[in-house]
Amino acid sequence: MSRASRQVGLPTWLFAPAAVGALFVVLPLAAMLARVEWSDFVGLISSESSIDALLLSLRTSSISTLLCVVFGVPMAMVLGRTTFRGQQVARSLVLLPLVLPPVVGGIALLYTFGRRGLLGHSFEVLGIQVAFSTAAVVMAQTFVALPFLVVSLEGALRSAGGRYEAVASTLGARPTTVFRRVTLPLVLPGLLSGAVLSFARSLGEFGATITFAGSLQGVTRTLPLEIYLQRETDSDAAVALSLVLVIVAVVVIGLARVRGAI
Amino acid sequence: MTLELSATMTERGLDLSMHVETGEMLAVLGPNGSGKSTALALIAGLLRPDVGTASLDGRVLFDIGTPGRAPAWVPPHARGVALLAQEPLLFPHLSALDNVAFGPRSEGRPRAQSRTVAQHWLGEVDAAQYADRRPAQLSGGQAQRIAVARALAADPSLLLLDEPMAALDVAVAPAVRQMLRRVLRERSVVIVTHDVLDALLLADRVLVIDDGRVAEEGPTEQVLARPRSAFAARIAGLNMVRGNLDGHGVRGPDGTFVEGLTDQPISQGDPAVAVFRPSAVGVYRQPPGGSPRNVLDVTITELAPFGEQVRVRTPLLSADITAAAVAELDLAPGTRVVFAVKASEVAIYRS
Repeated sequence: MSRASRQVGLPTWLFAPAAVGALFVVLPLAAMLARVEWSDFVGLISSESSIDALLLSLRTSSISTLLCVVFGVPMAMVLGRTTFRGQQVARSLVLLPLVLPPVVGGIALLYTFGRRGLLGHSFEVLGIQVAFSTAAVVMAQTFVALPFLVVSLEGALRSAGGRYEAVASTLGARPTTVFRRVTLPLVLPGLLSGAVLSFARSLGEFGATITFAGSLQGVTRTLPLEIYLQRETDSDAAVALSLVLVIVAVVVIGLARVRGAI
Repeated sequence: MTLELSATMTERGLDLSMHVETGEMLAVLGPNGSGKSTALALIAGLLRPDVGTASLDGRVLFDIGTPGRAPAWVPPHARGVALLAQEPLLFPHLSALDNVAFGPRSEGRPRAQSRTVAQHWLGEVDAAQYADRRPAQLSGGQAQRIAVARALAADPSLLLLDEPMAALDVAVAPAVRQMLRRVLRERSVVIVTHDVLDALLLADRVLVIDDGRVAEEGPTEQVLARPRSAFAARIAGLNMVRGNLDGHGVRGPDGTFVEGLTDQPISQGDPAVAVFRPSAVGVYRQPPGGSPRNVLDVTITELAPFGEQVRVRTPLLSADITAAAVAELDLAPGTRVVFAVKASEVAIYRS
């Protein structure tokens, strides 16, 4: 909506709490920026462990985002385009990781895929050990990030409505053709914004990762874990790495915005 | 026989049967919420009936709830039934050309060949110049033309039109109606409409649905001229004078001459029909003076209550006037009177 089309004014008293809220978000970032040791910035972020953590974070977050798309798109389609008994319950369960403390998620994953877990034993027989590996990092991130993709895509599916799909099917398009040539292009902005949110959530993942994957340099120690560790010994390095994380997040959101996703 | 449908949907209070002959256009009329659009959705396969059967050109579309037979259901994409809704619903991410090419592409034809087919149909609806435009860059009338081309390009055995003119500007509706008349000739079509003119000018037969049931069915002119159902009577009962164009009016074979307005070019002598509502007709004992009017000498055959008015019938034409006017003019069957109607109230169409 353009600025000129705004006809009804806001009540003036709304502006004060809005400003306080905005300040509450911006001020800590500014405080952190003020503490950055600019003279040695490059040195602080280029230690071997930091580079390892950054690369691991980017790699695992990209894979998690991909997995979120691979599983989240079909989940959103099933939730948004079909009706079945128990659908509300299924939706609530899918969205559970949104409200679950990440540590709890990590424990749940551990008792599913860990050595003594529900499926862990079977995995072990096959010679696969999931917990405390890079795969565990990806799983922890996917677990917490998946609902973001499902929620934003299901919202996009609902607002797009099923009428274009109905027309496409009466024009002779099979379900797969309708999905590929009509549904996906229509909800592409919603899908992109969901993917960006999932990536950002994966990048920031801490609790489930440290519980399920541990903190092994180069294998499971992602950037948030590295920052937390560095804070104990070298707070200047922790602040510098935090800034790196902020920059990555801003770049991703900026790219998505250029492509019109958010 | 093209389409044969019989279906019940308890939840929507629908219990209908209808048929469409090959090459025939059937107009479905009825009040809001009577089940017209539901009927189309059933034929298209977008809704499933509780019980019912339907077939198209001898192929079964669905067969549900018939005792002793396994249920059958053909999905929408395999029915050969295209649906055109009130809104054009052009795919916003495709150009006009690719929208029209969607049907052929879905059928598995190569891109270049599909585009050639699409070009042809864009030409048929006078929209070839918009081929490269995105739907957002088209006006409502242009978009609806392209939606018609898209439906026809899919080469359906049966075309369903759900109030195709309802969302259009009054100014562009006549041109779209003319285009439909041209491209739908010889096709099997079901058109749901509110506008009695659509039925009159496009359809061979009329089906009136009221409260989920068929209230009346028959040849268009018969239903519109002698409606038996309450709904048809309310919207129809139109006066029609058939003949040939003569100057600015239509001259019937019996010499009756009615002047009116045309919304399309008609050549002198072409067969035409003049249409006007009974409520537009004034009844006089003596020919009135004043502004130019069509003045017709008639003999009353019947006086019938019609809502709060009285319908004055003559062998060909009707007029709706108040009961007070009937008393004042002392009208009775057999009375010779003069019907007067302003030329601006008469619409003339090529027939």
